[in-house]
Amino acid sequence: MQRLFLILFLVLMSPAALAVVEGDKEPLVFESAEQEERYNDLTLELRCLVCQNQNLADSDAPLAQDLRKEIFDMMQAGRSDDEIKTFMVERYGDFVLYRPPMQGNTLALWVLPLVILLVGAIGVFFTVRNRNRKLAALQQEGSN
Amino acid sequence: MIGRIIPVAIFLALGVLLAVGLKIADRKTEIPSPLIGKPLPEFSLPVLGEPDRIVTNEDLLGTPFLLNVWASWCPTCRVEHPYIEELAESGAIRVVGFNYRDETADAKAWLARFGNPYELSIQDYDGRYAIDLGVYAAPESFLVDADGTIIFKQIGAVTPEVIENEILPRIGR
Repeated sequence: MQRLFLILFLVLMSPAALAVVEGDKEPLVFESAEQEERYNDLTLELRCLVCQNQNLADSDAPLAQDLRKEIFDMMQAGRSDDEIKTFMVERYGDFVLYRPPMQGNTLALWVLPLVILLVGAIGVFFTVRNRNRKLAALQQEGSN
Repeated sequence: MIGRIIPVAIFLALGVLLAVGLKIADRKTEIPSPLIGKPLPEFSLPVLGEPDRIVTNEDLLGTPFLLNVWASWCPTCRVEHPYIEELAESGAIRVVGFNYRDETADAKAWLARFGNPYELSIQDYDGRYAIDLGVYAAPESFLVDADGTIIFKQIGAVTPEVIENEILPRIGR
């Protein structure tokens, strides 16, 4: 009976295998494996500004397609990774980078989590120590 | 005593953060433009409806204008369109259209149906120039002054409030 359900389920789900995402029309041809790796790294590090919690590699938004094409064209034209990222930041601001740059206004962003972790750790340390001391004091009284 | 106050203080602080966060939540998806204060990027594009006529950024200079990014597939553009028309009719400022990633036939039909307040509409068929402008959604509007400097960018629909509070004051009206 279970077997029957399993087979039925698989048969009903099979049309899903035909689902194709409408994306770039032709696959990109890279000059070298290294180029392809650069392209992948860049599209993973840049944000899709339409669906703002996706990177360019994952997003199907028309703007993401346009920007991927732009990155590819710039790579073919010999631009470096830094030049491409600067190009994007000049037009869309720092938000387009998934890794915020280390600069004055983002220092808090980078450092604050570490600071809070440190403060929390110190807090825990003192609390545990105080508790242990109280516990030790009570045990002493108990045994007296 | 202190041990009791600290958690409450932290709770209150978090509460304040939450209140502030909720208040600005609607605007969180707006990305401020790095182009404010910079010149309008160069372009050379055809005019919608006159494919043989090419317009460049230089051609548009002289007096301030509002560059309104629109498309026939953009529902919010329809919402703001009456206000754009009002603005153009008032004569307060020139309005230039920027047809973004649209089929010519669809764009022309849209203008025929909803009205054409634009001095002209430049046609960015493949969206290449929109990237230079940092366009990521339609509608968006750029307020450009007489010498071609972008002085304000509106993300989303232009409403009477935006016209009243952001556009008119910046052009001295």
